[in-house]
Amino acid sequence: MKLLTAVVQQSRVEEVRAALVSLGVRGMTIAEVRGCGRQQGHTEIYRGAEYTVDVVDKTRIDVLIDDTEVDEVVRAVVAAARSGNVGDGKVWVTPVDSVVRVRTGETDERAV
Amino acid sequence: MNSGDTAWVLVCAALVMLMTPGLALFYGGMVRARGVLNMLMMSLASLGLVGVLWVLYGYSTAFGTDVAGVGLLGSPTEFFGMSRLVGAEALSDTIPTFAFAAFQAMFAILTVALISGAVADRARFGPWVLFAGLWATLVYFPVAHWVFAFDETNAAGEVTAVGGWIANRVAAIDFAGGTAVHINAGAAALALVLVLGPRTGWPRETGKPHNLPLVVLGAGLLWFGWFGFNAGSALSAGDTAAVVFLNTLVGASAAMLAWLLVERLRHGRPTTLGAASGIVAGLVAITPACSAVTPLGAVAIGLVAGACCALAVELKYRLRYDDSLDVVGVHLVGGLIGTLLVGFFASESAPEGVAGLFYGGGVDQLWRQTVGAVAVLAYSLVLSWFLAWVLQRTIGFRIDSRGEHAGIDETEHAETGYHFADVGSTLRRPATEERGSTDALEGSFR
Repeated sequence: MKLLTAVVQQSRVEEVRAALVSLGVRGMTIAEVRGCGRQQGHTEIYRGAEYTVDVVDKTRIDVLIDDTEVDEVVRAVVAAARSGNVGDGKVWVTPVDSVVRVRTGETDERAV
Repeated sequence: MNSGDTAWVLVCAALVMLMTPGLALFYGGMVRARGVLNMLMMSLASLGLVGVLWVLYGYSTAFGTDVAGVGLLGSPTEFFGMSRLVGAEALSDTIPTFAFAAFQAMFAILTVALISGAVADRARFGPWVLFAGLWATLVYFPVAHWVFAFDETNAAGEVTAVGGWIANRVAAIDFAGGTAVHINAGAAALALVLVLGPRTGWPRETGKPHNLPLVVLGAGLLWFGWFGFNAGSALSAGDTAAVVFLNTLVGASAAMLAWLLVERLRHGRPTTLGAASGIVAGLVAITPACSAVTPLGAVAIGLVAGACCALAVELKYRLRYDDSLDVVGVHLVGGLIGTLLVGFFASESAPEGVAGLFYGGGVDQLWRQTVGAVAVLAYSLVLSWFLAWVLQRTIGFRIDSRGEHAGIDETEHAETGYHFADVGSTLRRPATEERGSTDALEGSFR
């Protein structure tokens, strides 16, 4: 089992979600997050005082998947998240030891 | 008495009342999220305390018979508790005195609330309430007497009751409170900033406005209420009120345009906060002048006020004082501009019937305006500084650095302004239980 984490542009979230659903992934966790990377921040002006905003808004998507579908899902997510601009985000995969579905008590592959 | 005039003044009183919650939102949106409630509460406290003080002795101090006949102070005891106020208001004779007293009550409440924007995020609530009461008593009520209490005369033109010295002896024109409200509050704000000092980490780490839509909502309520503030000051529903109404509109319109233009030229972008600030700057500046100028004069005053205040609010970074929400830059500077420009733009064709420098009247009115403005500025600055200094030295005015770090809402009010999720928050003690019985809830349900 793997945990796929994608931090993407806010504007690409719907595309990523649709790509995951089309591959049969039914569950995911989506969170609004803030962070910084290679993308430049921006400048805001309040009554003449300039503020630099270095931490930008992003969306983080966490998905549990089977080992067999990792390559396919990563490709789909990356394709859906790409706009070609700096700040498109990252996708990474980490191993998962165990999973339990809360309602039924099913474990591991059956619970993913 | 005249029912039309009475209805107008009562409605205007309600409009002016709405300005204080409007101001609370205007200020509240400009602070960081963890100080929004304290900002609102400082204005609400004024609605509570100053409203009560007004009934007790505030009205009497401002509009009672002059104590020594020199125009400095009304008798605080003459109308104590607003006894003996039934009947027509003496000067207009067309509205009940109670309507006038209610209308003027809203001015006192708003003026005190205006000051609070200067000390965002760092004034303890209790001392603020104490300051509000002392300031209303020792600064606002007397200054309102100076500016708003006119001599009463009999048919032969002899003075039967002496009013305030600025209104009558100096004869400065201040229709709705450029001096008594805005210069007064602005100077007090400056004094508080000098005593309390800057917020910790200012200017780098004190945050930016957390909710600009709230600021715009507040500015809208202020503009709406300001029609009552200015046009209601005519105390009758007639020509004067109508001219003043229109001048109040265009003064703010022109100031907003000017502020945005200055921003566009200096920083490249016209901003929402700039638009809201320009509106208020224009309203402040047209307040003393709205009965003395033509609509074109009001546009001119608005343009000057919008541009000058937009530049003035940047000065605090150079002068190193943390006037957090620019009460000095908008209300003191805007009030001075409006009060002094009456001396230039007053037109004989306006209801006031006085000609300023640009309309062939020479400098006569200009020096009267200057005396009124400087007197109120100096009195308010000195007395406010003294009051704040005494409070800081005795009971402490400023919150400690730990409270400031945690956020003033949590420290002073035990609340937070925004709850986007209930995670991590459970009811520990129902409202009826004794404080300290931390497991009372479990006990009563088990």
